[in-house]
Amino acid sequence: MKVTLWGTRGSLATPGPETVRYGGNTSCVEVCGADGTVLVLDAGTGIRRLGARLGPEVGRVDVLLTHLHMDHIQGLGFFRPLDQSGQEVHIWGPPSTTLDLRARVSRYLSPPLFPVRLRELPSRLTLHDVPLAPEEIRIGGLRISAALVCHPGPTVGYRISEDGATMTYIPDHEPLLGAVRLSSSDWISGFDLAAHADLLIHDSQYSATQYPKHVGWGHSAIPHVLEFAARTGVKRLVTFHHDPRHDDAALDRLVNEARSSADLPFEILPGIEGACFEVGHATRNQGQTTLT
Amino acid sequence: MPQKAVEVILMRQLASYLAMPILLFDPAGTLLFYNEPVEAISGLRFDETGEIKLEELSSMLHLTAEDGSPLPLEARPSVVALQQKRASHAVFWMAGVDGVRRKVEATGFPLEGQGGRHLGAVVILWEAQR
Repeated sequence: MKVTLWGTRGSLATPGPETVRYGGNTSCVEVCGADGTVLVLDAGTGIRRLGARLGPEVGRVDVLLTHLHMDHIQGLGFFRPLDQSGQEVHIWGPPSTTLDLRARVSRYLSPPLFPVRLRELPSRLTLHDVPLAPEEIRIGGLRISAALVCHPGPTVGYRISEDGATMTYIPDHEPLLGAVRLSSSDWISGFDLAAHADLLIHDSQYSATQYPKHVGWGHSAIPHVLEFAARTGVKRLVTFHHDPRHDDAALDRLVNEARSSADLPFEILPGIEGACFEVGHATRNQGQTTLT
Repeated sequence: MPQKAVEVILMRQLASYLAMPILLFDPAGTLLFYNEPVEAISGLRFDETGEIKLEELSSMLHLTAEDGSPLPLEARPSVVALQQKRASHAVFWMAGVDGVRRKVEATGFPLEGQGGRHLGAVVILWEAQR
């Protein structure tokens, strides 16, 4: 499968000359299966450019939301397939104990926050509460598992597999919560989602010095992500959900510090908007390219 | 060993920060975690015992009614929460591995996760009398 980053910023879109390389758009990742299946992970502001690229040849689009914080849904109203008459679109999101996904998404896609109501969109739209692991969903040739992770409010991460290859997406996650002084992996949030993944895209919002002021906010400091990636045995880690205060120079510095901090048993890659990753068998190209 | 549900992980986190004795059970009755205040009134140490199976726990903590008779299973808040999936409160005597007999009040409630998943039970203890 091919994975493309359309938005890597956390919390708030952060455009500007100082963020032009890592990008300012909020969370959105495209996953293309070998059979042409298209998954869109989160609907941050990065989804607008992705939507403009998806033509009528894509018969069905599935948007998998990790949670409903604004930086993960703000682009929905500007996702062109939703505005295409007859286009089949499915939106999946974490279950809630009170309202179904349609009711919760409608809180944003309705006046006064947005001029168009969800029901007024011309596409053929279906909303689903995503089943939680051990249940799986299958979309085209992709098998998808969702599980709740440590982040305020119902929030899931996704594990997507195809033909023996796996990528995991956990953009908002504070695995250190509940894992303090623990030795056993079964007490680590997100462990099963990420275990032995070929590619892990993970929250890396804070530096080690920033984290203490943000404990419980639901995000990770880079040293925690490195430990999580090492414990779960992933092959490649992509930093993601960058703090709006971190410009390109700061993010370069954090990644370089991470690389030099230890002899890491995985490859660490900076989450740069436009980056593409091939995830497949060892015999396939697992390289990285950049979208132009 | 499969990963615990995130609600259970967060419950343990909360229990580890609170200053009242809290026990966390899985649906099979295994004591997954107890915090330091439980250690103070039971003589158990989590670092030494780790998780405790239900049958082992009965041999470590002796629960008795006011008259000294063994506390029936159906009167134990942990059992009520796990088997009947409801909250309950009980007063009984507890003797731990330190041999001290303490009168405790206990409130138990089931842990119900997202999607109606039964994840176990929580019991909170109050030491009423020693």
